[in-house]
Amino acid sequence: MVWRSARGRRIAYQAAAIGAALFVAWFLISNTAANLEERRIASGFGFLGREAGFEIGESAFLRYGASDSYLRALVVGLTNTLAVAVIGIVLATGLGTTIGLSRLSKNFLLRNLSAAYVEFMRNVPLLVQLFFWYAVITESMPGPREALSPLPGVFLSNRGIFVPTFSGAPELQGFNFVGGAALSPEFAALLIGLATYTAAFIAEIVRAGILAVDRGQGEAAHALGLSRGQTTRLVILPQALRVIVPPMTSQYLNLTKNSSLAVAIGYPDLVSIANTTMNQTGQAIEGIAIIMAVYLTISLSISAFMNWYNAHVAFR
Amino acid sequence: MIEMIKVSKWFGLFQVLTDVDLKVAAGEKVVVCGPSGSGKSTLIRLVNRLEEHQSGRVIVDGVELTDDPKKTDAVRREVGMVFQSFNLFPHLTVLENLTLAPVWVKHVSRKEAEETAMHFLARVRIPEQAGKYPSQLSGGQQQRVAIARALCMRPKLMLFDEPTSALDPEMIKEVLDVMVELAREGMTMVVVTHEMGFAKTVADRVVFMDGGRIVEAAPPAEFFGAPKTGRARLFLSQVLGH
Amino acid sequence: MKFAIQWIRENLFAGWVSSAFTLLLIFVLWKTLPPFIDWAFLDAVWKPDSKACRAGEGACWGFIAEKHRFILFGTYPYDLHWRPAVATVLLIGLWIFSAIRLFWKWWLTLVWLSGLTTIGILMWGGILGLPYVENERWGGLILTLLLTTFGLAIAFPLSILLALGRRSDMPVIRGLSVGYIELIRGVPLISLLFMASVMLPLFLPSGVTIDKLLRAQIAMILFAAAYLAEVVRGGLQAIPRGQYDAAHALALPYWRRTYLIILPQALRISVPPLMNTFIAFFKDTSLVLIIGLFDLLSTIKISLNEPAWTGFGIEAYVFASLVYFVFCYAMSRYSRGLEHQR
Repeated sequence: MVWRSARGRRIAYQAAAIGAALFVAWFLISNTAANLEERRIASGFGFLGREAGFEIGESAFLRYGASDSYLRALVVGLTNTLAVAVIGIVLATGLGTTIGLSRLSKNFLLRNLSAAYVEFMRNVPLLVQLFFWYAVITESMPGPREALSPLPGVFLSNRGIFVPTFSGAPELQGFNFVGGAALSPEFAALLIGLATYTAAFIAEIVRAGILAVDRGQGEAAHALGLSRGQTTRLVILPQALRVIVPPMTSQYLNLTKNSSLAVAIGYPDLVSIANTTMNQTGQAIEGIAIIMAVYLTISLSISAFMNWYNAHVAFR
Repeated sequence: MIEMIKVSKWFGLFQVLTDVDLKVAAGEKVVVCGPSGSGKSTLIRLVNRLEEHQSGRVIVDGVELTDDPKKTDAVRREVGMVFQSFNLFPHLTVLENLTLAPVWVKHVSRKEAEETAMHFLARVRIPEQAGKYPSQLSGGQQQRVAIARALCMRPKLMLFDEPTSALDPEMIKEVLDVMVELAREGMTMVVVTHEMGFAKTVADRVVFMDGGRIVEAAPPAEFFGAPKTGRARLFLSQVLGH
Repeated sequence: MKFAIQWIRENLFAGWVSSAFTLLLIFVLWKTLPPFIDWAFLDAVWKPDSKACRAGEGACWGFIAEKHRFILFGTYPYDLHWRPAVATVLLIGLWIFSAIRLFWKWWLTLVWLSGLTTIGILMWGGILGLPYVENERWGGLILTLLLTTFGLAIAFPLSILLALGRRSDMPVIRGLSVGYIELIRGVPLISLLFMASVMLPLFLPSGVTIDKLLRAQIAMILFAAAYLAEVVRGGLQAIPRGQYDAAHALALPYWRRTYLIILPQALRISVPPLMNTFIAFFKDTSLVLIIGLFDLLSTIKISLNEPAWTGFGIEAYVFASLVYFVFCYAMSRYSRGLEHQR
């Protein structure tokens, strides 16, 4: 009788679904508890207060030493992740927009070279590209004493890339550089890899956005006497941006998630440090939970922003 | 005002216009009609170089249209165009749509541009819509805004590419009324349209095109009353029959 | 000749900016292309001789020549290499076979089942006189292809269920679907691989083991299901409302109308973004390197560890790029062909 009525059926299905989910959860949790006890692995997040005991190769903002807590180590990892993500996003957006616009150029060389760039970068896995850049920096670059200097103040060597900052320019002292900002080979490889890879996807988004604007808009603007540049700036781009922003934000999120590949080339991002922590304490579940919680927070924040944007800024 | 001498145009290998000769004097109103695919839209788009001709000469207001972008810009400043799909800028208000070109092309001050804009909005009878966005207006209102937008550049010549074809029937009249008023004030107009009533009322000349050529051209009384060619007769019977 | 000059004028020197770009790009190409050709071809060492490689100035392709067996087949027993070789060719053949529209009939499933069974027999052995090879020793190209194939094959039906669940009007079903999809899409693939690698053994009753390959495969399936679900959901949303109305009006029950009317249309619309997701998934299999599986990228990387060949990373990864590029580019061209046919 319950299953005769449609409403009854719906309730039954949902009850069954909840039941199944609860059963699975119970099954997993009870097994896990038993296994953890058998292997004498601790539970809980108490370990965060304990001394970490390992060094971290580089830290973007915070100071850290081996006697600091695990929690601090993880926070350093997080700031490292954010550092490479933010700079990567800025570089990728600039490069990607340029290439996207180039794809629409009337110039044959510009159009086809940028198309080739996009095709190549999109069809090779990011991990391969990261390993490639790391190999370029560590194998092909000369030592600091013979460092390449493509621009004044910028030095490329196999110990990393050195750039001038507001506080000073890098100078060679002995076997290494002092002053300015130093990008370690790991950071540089990760940054270049992420930026060039994501730029290819952003290029396609920009191109699609501009093509999405109705042809008549450009024609009307030209008929009114607006120049090509004015038309692009005042009529096409504002409309294209509304189509571009959602998928662009999605790419930003991808770049941030992709920065987790840092663990493969030795850059101490959040995943890297969480991995080390898990290996040392044996508390894998807590470690993975932390990683997932952090990334989920970032993704959900960006989704929330996107929803706000769609509701308020998109075309009525 | 417009002189087209033996103009031909190809899209790839397909010839859309063949040896077209056309002269439009200042103050003249010319209606271009014909079956679809006859090249009439392409013809008027040659006047402000939204399309380029491959052979022959196109001279507008004394300026010959060539590859030189400066000449094209000069012509476009004096020629206004109204499109079938309105092509209003959706991200700008009605007022901003009207002031954009005067400010950025003619370098008129914003205040002056807005005054001109309100003047022409009143002319097309929708001054109260100045602050609205195009999506909030009806089709007929949007097309009238489009006409006002073209007029704000104070053109010497207005081109209309099937201005009422995308409108619901009850809105066609309000747009045609504006066009008739414009004609009566002496504006030079070239209008591609199926609205034969408009042609009868306002046109000095009706140009009939078919297959990329001008087949017949005559004052409306002559064209509608005694069409000379068989193709014109066939077309008229199809268009006027129902 | 006149055409050529006109073409050059329009496409390369159409204005100040365009001309500047042309000159700049020609300069850049002139500076980079000849040195690259020197490095990659003219000065390159093709013989598998590491001393010659180190002495030479060009690329060391001999590294690939020397290590190609390990790169393609991983740690599979050396004299049984014909088995993964045949399996690889067979699997690629199955893919190509399925790509041809002529063969999109009901018996394609049977072709796949028999093909996969054959591949299973070849790789594992243990019967028909073939010695048994445990899957811990599988590696190289066949591993990448198997992970991709099984990953997509199992994830795709799951993703359809998830997409339908997300659009369900039953709040519990919708909640569970949304929760799953957003959770998986919000975290990096690496964390899922770690989770599978480390946590799956804990989830199972003590004594039950699950081998590394299966763990990775499960993680990849869970990952793909969430992303494919969003693509299918896009397709479901893109169908005109009228189709749903018509299906309801015909009084068909839910699963019948979904299977007969809704899904065929949704999937047809979704083909381009689905293909893009397939290609992305193929690239993502390279991440299993991080949890210790020997996919194609992994075997290439490990080959570099031998002292004779360390330092040739650039050659190694250029080679890896080429292999992946060939597969992915072929798939994306095929996808574009499909789009045009429709």
